[in-house]
Amino acid sequence: MLTRRIQGQKGVQGIIIVNSEGIPVKTTLDNSSTVQYAGLIHQLVMKARSTVRDIDPQNDLTFLRVRSKKNEIMIAPDKDYFLIVIQNPSD
Amino acid sequence: QEIKVNQRRRQYCSLFQVNTERFESDSCGINHVEGGWPKDINPLDMEQTIRFRKKAEKDESYLNSIPQLGSVAEHCGRQNNAVDIYQEPFDGWEEVEESPEPPSAKTINIFRDPNEVKRTVTGLSWHPDGGRKLAAAYSCLDFQKASRDMSLDSYIWDVENPNRPELTLKPASPLVCLDYNPKDPHTLVGGSYNGQIVYWDTRRGSQPVELSSVEHSHRDPVYKIIWLQSKTGTDAFSASTDGQVLWWDVRRLSEPTERLVLDPTREGNLDRALGAISLEFEATMPTKFMVGTEQGLVVSCNRKAKTPTEKIVCTYDGHHGPVYALQRNPFFPKNFLTVGDWTARIWSEDIKESSIMCTKYQMSYLTDACWSPVRPSVFFTLKMDGMLDVWDILFKQSDPTLSLKVCDRALYSLRVQDNGRLVACGSQQGETTLLEICSELSTLQKNEKSLLAAVSDTDTVNLDFNQLHPK
Repeated sequence: MLTRRIQGQKGVQGIIIVNSEGIPVKTTLDNSSTVQYAGLIHQLVMKARSTVRDIDPQNDLTFLRVRSKKNEIMIAPDKDYFLIVIQNPSD
Repeated sequence: QEIKVNQRRRQYCSLFQVNTERFESDSCGINHVEGGWPKDINPLDMEQTIRFRKKAEKDESYLNSIPQLGSVAEHCGRQNNAVDIYQEPFDGWEEVEESPEPPSAKTINIFRDPNEVKRTVTGLSWHPDGGRKLAAAYSCLDFQKASRDMSLDSYIWDVENPNRPELTLKPASPLVCLDYNPKDPHTLVGGSYNGQIVYWDTRRGSQPVELSSVEHSHRDPVYKIIWLQSKTGTDAFSASTDGQVLWWDVRRLSEPTERLVLDPTREGNLDRALGAISLEFEATMPTKFMVGTEQGLVVSCNRKAKTPTEKIVCTYDGHHGPVYALQRNPFFPKNFLTVGDWTARIWSEDIKESSIMCTKYQMSYLTDACWSPVRPSVFFTLKMDGMLDVWDILFKQSDPTLSLKVCDRALYSLRVQDNGRLVACGSQQGETTLLEICSELSTLQKNEKSLLAAVSDTDTVNLDFNQLHPK
């Protein structure tokens, strides 16, 4: 699996791969969490990307990290997909 | 008159027309229940969705994107494992000092003499409890210029109300100076033009409670009166150009309790006495006091001396003219400030030959001065051209740090409130202006006390400001 290496990293709680339509193509979490993450994060990524591009149209979003009290959600976006990794390094 | 207009209207057209392509944009949220599944797949059908997903995983773009996204994510994941991602951001950053704004002061209120014939504000005293009230003494010091219909009244103002004084003080002769009792804010003592001492209790109205008897009072206007530190809290002392310093107990103003003749030859000879025009008393040094004289000398005295000759300790050759203001530095009481002639000077009581710091000769005569109660290196001076100068000697010695034109007339009296921020200045035309000084000049600065100590703690006679910039 392409995501095996990330999955094996310390503290990784889950991985989701979402396509441009918002469909979670691959996930290691349960269904309801997956759907929730996919939906919410899709909107967040769209907003973040448009923010970066509005400020400078020649710029683009490369990575988004949402650090919270309990973990960090890392989002790697690209043209057709985005990869979500949920990690809590102290686990 | 009608203007003829060229009625012929021509249509102006441009040679080219330009318009952008219409682009319709639409904002909408995505209701994400189960992704944007293609039309032919039923999201509820698990078999169909699984089949779709499996197909997507084999898609070329998928196979190209994911490894790359993966390596980026992996890098960040490793970072998270390497550092503590839960630490408090900005922790330990030192508070950035705001870039200092230029010093300033703003006028809060102006209290005007309500009478037709305006008198000079010759004395001011802040209410000891929070400075919400200000007492002002009004008199005309110009010899024989006082007209018959000049009012004798002085006023206590409420700082918030400049329209009307809060209380009128009605002495028998105009007050030249007055002082609120620091121990009992209801009581005040005043010195009059005719030499009498007057005592008020504000709870008992405008009329004085007690007056000193004319025979035993000063023979000249009382220029300064200050409450003393005593167990009963009823003692004060006064100074006048008649050459005497008198001590009083306000419970019995018929006679002074003590008397000192300012004869520099120490013989108590009134004919040779110097006229006192300012008085200094610092509660932390209750046995000492100083007198500023008309002749320009500053006399340092010891109240507890056994014999009258020992009462006068020494003199300082102060100014070319009357010493209008005299005050010890509240933080460094061995140093005192004087103004007279066109300069302000700082002295060290151990050095009798000369002052340790002298300002440049100013363009106008200085009439009053006082130290800031909160900043040891700041003092205020007033001039006859209506200027209030704020000096910060650690910052600049040659000129004031802030100069304000308070009014067009001469300013005569100055009092800074205990918070160091509110300054009251009285003018020749009976106006008392209340100003608020910016926080920079009214807040103790870091290391200020030690810097000032370093500057004065040198072998040289003068304050050595080079100590501020060690090599």
